Amino acid sequence: MTDLRVAGTPPRLEWRVATVAGVHNETRRARTLVLEIPQWPGHRAGQHVDVRLVADDGYQAQRSYSIASPPERSAVELTVERLDDGEVSPYLCDVLGVGDGVEVRGPIGGYFVWDVAQGGPLLLVAGGSGIVPLMAMIRHYTTTPDEQRARIPVRLLYSARTLDDVIYRGELEELSRTGVKVAFALTRDAPAGWSGYRRRIDRAMLEEIGWPPSEAPRVFVCGPTPLVENVANVLVQIGHEPMRIRTERFGPTG
Amino acid sequence: MQTEEMRLDGNAAGGMLRDVFALEVTTALARCAGCGSVAAMGALLEYGQAMGVVLRCPTCDTAVMRMARTPGWIRVDASGISLLMIPDGASQATHDQ
Repeated sequence: MTDLRVAGTPPRLEWRVATVAGVHNETRRARTLVLEIPQWPGHRAGQHVDVRLVADDGYQAQRSYSIASPPERSAVELTVERLDDGEVSPYLCDVLGVGDGVEVRGPIGGYFVWDVAQGGPLLLVAGGSGIVPLMAMIRHYTTTPDEQRARIPVRLLYSARTLDDVIYRGELEELSRTGVKVAFALTRDAPAGWSGYRRRIDRAMLEEIGWPPSEAPRVFVCGPTPLVENVANVLVQIGHEPMRIRTERFGPTG
Repeated sequence: MQTEEMRLDGNAAGGMLRDVFALEVTTALARCAGCGSVAAMGALLEYGQAMGVVLRCPTCDTAVMRMARTPGWIRVDASGISLLMIPDGASQATHDQ
């Protein structure tokens, strides 16, 4: 194909071979891959990468995965949820190991992005593995100086099937020390004595955890499409400005 | 598989948009040729398939942009965008309301 690039224009997004430097199992179905990517230009919290797998016969499968690590960390961490009938996620979760290579390109996206310079209050709403890009924002937030954080209150409402399905659970439970308020909504099963929410995210929950529209919070919602659309619609009904609500829908292909 | 579950954000097409545009355009504003409403490219509705993607207007569902990868060519039909406003400046700052 003819190279139509003009001198001085930004280069195309190139595919690079990343090396797996570490793997951590987060839950029964989610695994974090720590990637070392040559010439990685850095990223912003909320961005994603494309991952490409190429079979011996040339067949390619490509998926997008959010970056879980904050810009302050040099390695790029992806947390991948295994979808049993998926083409890519079972390979990333079950087969890929330390030292293996995998093709990635990125960082991608400037829309679903937050940094402390944008300010707050910041309301984050996650469903399932939708926590991943929001975790990059939280981790970015927790690396900023205390006095800067004090001006930006952050609240997270995270819906998962069971407590065991909560990704980054230990880290999230520790967050109250940093001023991030975390609330879990368990939709399928809860441990005995559970004092948190025991239902799907609804209007009452968003009003209890979120700020009123008069506080003009920035809102980022990420998760399965039906959850994201329901939450975004309810937030608009409550009176939040649609332009302050940014969504990232996760599709059913893995 | 339900169509609703297949619906993503334009942001999800960021990789292919970077194949087409030299810039990061998910923060660019697109005016729909169907209804005139303006949305960030990243806030359009994305319907992806193996060959490419369709981006639809969140207000009226018009297909504002179609991108397909065919042998040797990336084909782009952007006839549903009547105006595209791309943030200018080296900082690539997001448009803040």
